[in-house]
Formats: sequence, structure tokens, C-alpha cells
Amino acid sequence: MDIDIIKESIPAIAQALPVTLALVSISLFFGFFLAVIVALGRLSQHSLLNKPAYLFVYIFRSTPLLIQMFLIYYGSGQFRDELDAVGLWYFFKEPWFCAILSLTLNTGAYTSEIIRGGILSVSVGLLEAGKACGMNALQLFKRITFPLAMRQALPGYGNEVILMVKSTSLASTITIMDMTGVYKEIASEYFSPFEPIIIAGSFYLLLNYIITILIGKAEKKYALVTR
Amino acid sequence: MKKTLASAAIAATILLSNTVFAGDVVRIATEGAYPPWNALNSAGQLEGFEIDLYKDLCERAKLECSMEQTAWDGIIPSLQAGKFDVIMAGMSITDKRKKKITFSRSYASSPAVFVVNKDSELASFIVAADKISLAELDAGEKTALDATLAALKGKNIGVQKGTIHLNFLKEYLKDDATIRTYATQEQLDLDLQSGRVDVAFAAMSYWHPLFQKEEGEDFMAIGPGFSEGPFGEGVGLGLRKDDQVLADKFSVAINAAIEDGTVSKIATKWFGFDASTK
Amino acid sequence: MDLTILSWGANGWGDEFFYGTLMTISVAICSFGFGIVLAVGATTMKLSSYKSLQALANGYTTIVRGIPELLVIYLVFYGGNTLLMSVAKGVFNYSDYIELPVFLMGVVCIGLSSGAYSTEVIRGAVLAVPTGTIEAAKAVGMNTATRFRRILFPQVVRYALPGLGNVWQLTLKETSLISVIGLAEIVRIAQIGAGSEKQPFTFFLTGLILFLILASLSDKGYLSIEKWANRGVRSS
Repeated sequence: MDIDIIKESIPAIAQALPVTLALVSISLFFGFFLAVIVALGRLSQHSLLNKPAYLFVYIFRSTPLLIQMFLIYYGSGQFRDELDAVGLWYFFKEPWFCAILSLTLNTGAYTSEIIRGGILSVSVGLLEAGKACGMNALQLFKRITFPLAMRQALPGYGNEVILMVKSTSLASTITIMDMTGVYKEIASEYFSPFEPIIIAGSFYLLLNYIITILIGKAEKKYALVTR
Repeated sequence: MKKTLASAAIAATILLSNTVFAGDVVRIATEGAYPPWNALNSAGQLEGFEIDLYKDLCERAKLECSMEQTAWDGIIPSLQAGKFDVIMAGMSITDKRKKKITFSRSYASSPAVFVVNKDSELASFIVAADKISLAELDAGEKTALDATLAALKGKNIGVQKGTIHLNFLKEYLKDDATIRTYATQEQLDLDLQSGRVDVAFAAMSYWHPLFQKEEGEDFMAIGPGFSEGPFGEGVGLGLRKDDQVLADKFSVAINAAIEDGTVSKIATKWFGFDASTK
Repeated sequence: MDLTILSWGANGWGDEFFYGTLMTISVAICSFGFGIVLAVGATTMKLSSYKSLQALANGYTTIVRGIPELLVIYLVFYGGNTLLMSVAKGVFNYSDYIELPVFLMGVVCIGLSSGAYSTEVIRGAVLAVPTGTIEAAKAVGMNTATRFRRILFPQVVRYALPGLGNVWQLTLKETSLISVIGLAEIVRIAQIGAGSEKQPFTFFLTGLILFLILASLSDKGYLSIEKWANRGVRSS
């Protein structure tokens, strides 16, 4: 163990923590909206809606995030002129855009299944009661289906958030200097993989620990409502 | 007491077994994936500048040598562990590496150059100097350096991770340009091709052969070639710290080979330019 | 898109992709198997009454599930040899050079992660076995080995199957990460091809489709295994 490398690793990796946090939070934010839309699409009776939604979920859940990311990042380079013509190259040129896009699509697919499970768990009786009170479809969704589905989905969603924290490390393969990117740089600069991994690993563990606690608190809070 | 003696004896043999003695075969390791320094040809045999050079150096130093191939990642730990005795794999002599291993004097150095797409606006960039030694700049070199740095302002520059080229960019362009780092050179080439990076930075010895091939025909070098300063003292042989005697032997041989022009002859054969260090 | 570059033979990448797919499957199978072995050990430790064994197994699953797989891969790849040699030196006094093949390193990394997820599945399955069935087996005089073979094991397999199916899909996808250390599986082949043919989209799309095919084949295989495991169980 080389104390000097540890000393240098701490501030370097800490500086990359906001990068990891930004990747996680931005993709989770957009991914959640995508997931709600996809889940509703899958539950729809129209095959024009549920077929594409199913296909989207199947593709993104059964292939590795790494290859999705490479396809979006390096793959878009093959269509540079075409993308340029419609003004999209401006976005695809940026590694940040490609990383957020692939993480969002990925978490959107996984989260939609969690939300779908939550929606399916809402008992028919509650919906009938809502209808009897004169609620319209939108009110039923807003006041009954959505809140109950969310409560049911919370533990699963907590796992998804932790998986997302881990997934963001792949952004380092498309030139983004997140905590894993900085780890790799320090490790290859000093030919010492051990010291910096203690620091990077601790940061990730701490982050996931905090998330676990927050999700646990949220579960407790919403569980009380039913009593 | 007996036990401590025994373990001391074992410790001593372990220490000794890692040192090279006169009469032993000196095992040299190379990467075999860094043309034209060292590479595998289609017949699966090692060839390149360093393969020609090691034979000459060993003959001069009256050493019996063998050469084997090993992965670049972990090449230093493998040397320390005694898998082989010498690294000869286009390894630049840097202060950080010196903390772990010892080096012979340098036998060659490849200037670092910036490369762009031929349709880039930077393609017409020209400076007066074609070589800049960063250790001691004369007036002309200073002007050329400033002009190059000014031209690169605000650009996206791609470079491979863990290289001396990245060190240079950090030192000279950290605040003025966006630096993107890549795990492999092939990924960097893809992004240079698509225009995601405006400029790529690497050793001339890498670019020169690439320009002759189809993959590199759209690329061109701009500005001067950089050496010394953050690029260190050039490329040398890497040895374990307790093999200083052997390192010195090689240094003497390299001196002689540079003086009589052998290194420059082999370098011109493989690189197309004289990469020997004076 | 020029698809002739995906043909078989010296000018095409079809054969490279084929061998890459075989490599992906081999790494996945070995890692999954190694993971199951780890999981059985970790489950036994978690369910044992020794606090220290429980802590060790909990530490393993918490750490592996809490830090990115990519970090674990970099650690094993760059540090595995050094670590192995210092252990060999310290424990067996063996000081020659040892090198782990890249394949083995890959299997160790992916297996470690796969094992952590399998542990949770198997532990859950063991706890799901109704204690009544064990008590009944004791009552009819079965010894521990017979009880395990006839009562515990078949039930655990049935309860664990859906979860293990998920772990298998996860493991299959995680093999892609091994490409960063240069093992010639699907993603690595796609990378090499993309670089030398300058057609990244074509090559990465091909890789993606190969993974889709593997996933749907796995789904089919899983269904028949589940059918087999649930034979003799009354369906409602």
C-alpha cells in the first residue's frame, strides 16, 4: 500500500463524484417519465401501442448496456452527415448526450416493468369504488392507480436506482471522467490498482448505502398511509 | 532460531533468483502490438525496430539474449515478478516509471504530433519550426509553440489514457481545450474520423505507418513534432532496480550503436525517419 | 450499410462474430457455474449460526452488489497477478512467475458478481421451503443426507429457478464487460471490426442482435427447464 497514491486518489475521485451523481440523477429523471409512458403503452389494448412498447422493453432488457452505449456513441458517427443534415449531430457529438440517452433508455425499460407490475397490483375493487364516486379516467389514474402503484413499486425501484449508480460507470468507456474513469486513470498512471479502488469502491458503497436508507425511509412513510 | 535462519535463507534465494548473473540468458520482453516498434507479422513472428535493435545491442554487450511477447498491461509488475529481465517495448522513460524500475539510457524517441482530418479547418495550419524540444526552447521554437497552442484553443483533443501525450496536454492545454481520453487508440481514431474530436495527439511513429494505409488516408499531421520536457528522455530499456549493472552494460552498448549510426539506420528502415537519440 | 463485411471467411467478419459468440457463451456458462458454487457456499455461511461466517458472506454480497462490475474487472485484471503471486509467496513460498489467463480472470470477475446475486436467490429459496416438510421427513426417519436429497434440494431448485433465470440473463449481459480487458467475445469483436472497417453502427448493431438471439434462446431453454422442475407439481 502506497499512502501517497491514496492521498492523491481521494480528492481526484471526490471531484468526479458530481459527475457520477449527475449521470444518475438526470437519467433517472428522464427515465422515469419514459417508463410511465412505456408502462401505459404496454397495458394499452391497442396493439399499435403495446407491441412497440413490448419490443422496446425486450430489446433494452436483453442486451448489455455497454453495447447499447457503443451503438449510440460510436454508431452515430457512421451517420454523421445524415444526422448533421437534420441538426441532430450537434447532440450526438457530445459524449454526455450519448451517455445520458443510453442510460435513460436503459433505465426506462427496466423501470417500466416495475411500474407495470405496480399498476397491475392495484385491486379492481378500489377502481370500482373510485368510479362509483364519480371519478373520471384521469382522476382514477391520478388519485388511485398511480399512488398505489408507486407504493407497490418502491422496493423494486430502489434496486433499480442502485443498479443505475453501478451502470453509470460504463460512461467512462465513452470518455466521460466519472469516478470509474478517474480510477482507471490513476491506476494506469501508477501501475497500482489496489490503492485507488479502496477510495472509488468506498464512494460507490457509501452512495448506495445512502440510497438504501432513503428508499427505506420512503417505504416506511408511504406504508403508513394505508393504516 | 532454526526457523528464522531457514526463512532468511529462503528469502535470500528469492531475492537472488530475481537478479541476472553473467552467463545467464537475458530474457527481453516486448509487446508485439505496437508497430513499427514491435509487432507480430502474418507468420506470427516478432518484427520491428526493437527486434532488429536488441540483436545488435546484445552482440555489442556480449550477452546472450532471448525475446518473448507479453501484454502491455501489467508489463512492469511482470518484470518485477521475474517473468523476464528487460522490457523493450517502446517504453518512454518517465519519472513515475522510474519510481518502480530503472532504465538504460534512451535509444530512440518519436516526436509527438497533432493529427487532423484532411477536410478540417486546421489542415492548412503551418508553423515555421518542424521540431520543438520542450526542454530548452529557443526563440523560434517558442513562437512556434505559442502559435500551435493558440490554434488548438477551444478544440476537442483526443488522446490515449495513461500516456505521456496526455501529460503534455494536461500541462499545456488543460484550461484552453477539451481533452478526451480513450482506452485504445482505435476508439480515438473512430472519433477523429467522425469529427467528435477535432485533433488527435500521439507519437509520430504510430501515425506515420497509419497514413500509408486505407484506415489513415484521411488523416494528416499538423504543426511541429514535440519531444523532451513531459515526453521524458525518450524510449529506453526497463529493468529491475537491482539490475543496475546490466542496465549500465546496455547503456554502453546503446552509446556505441548510436555513435556509429546503427540505431539511425535501423530507425530509418522502420519509421521512415531518424528516431535515434543523440 | 454494406453487409458483405459480415460474410464468412477472410474478407468478412461472420466467422469472427461466430467465435466471439461462442466465447460469450463459454464465459457466461463458466461464470454462472462458478457463481452457483460461490452462492451455495455463501448461503450456507449466511444461514449458519456462526456470526463471523455470516458477516463474511454478508460482506461479500454487499460489496460486490454495491460497487460497479467494471471496477472489479479492472482490479482483477491489473492487480490479480500481483495479488495471486503475493499469496503464493506468503502461503506456499512459491516465488516463480504466475499468470492468470484472461479467460479465467474474466470468469472470476463475472462469477463473483453472478454469485452475489445467486446467493440472494438461493437463500430466499431455502427459506421458502416449508419447515413442515422437513419435520415430516424427520418423523419418517430420513437421515440428513436423504432429507437433503429427497426433500430440501428438489424444493429449493423449484423455488430458485425463476430467480436463477434472471441471474443467468444478467450474467450473459455482464460478459460484455470483459471486452475491456481484451477477451475476444462479441463486444470486443464488434469493437475491432468497427475500428478497422470504420463502420461502427453496422458492427455494434450486429453485436446487439447476437445478444438478442442469445437472450431469446435462453428464454426458450428456461421454459423447458422450469417445466421439468415442476413436473409432478399440481398446477392450479
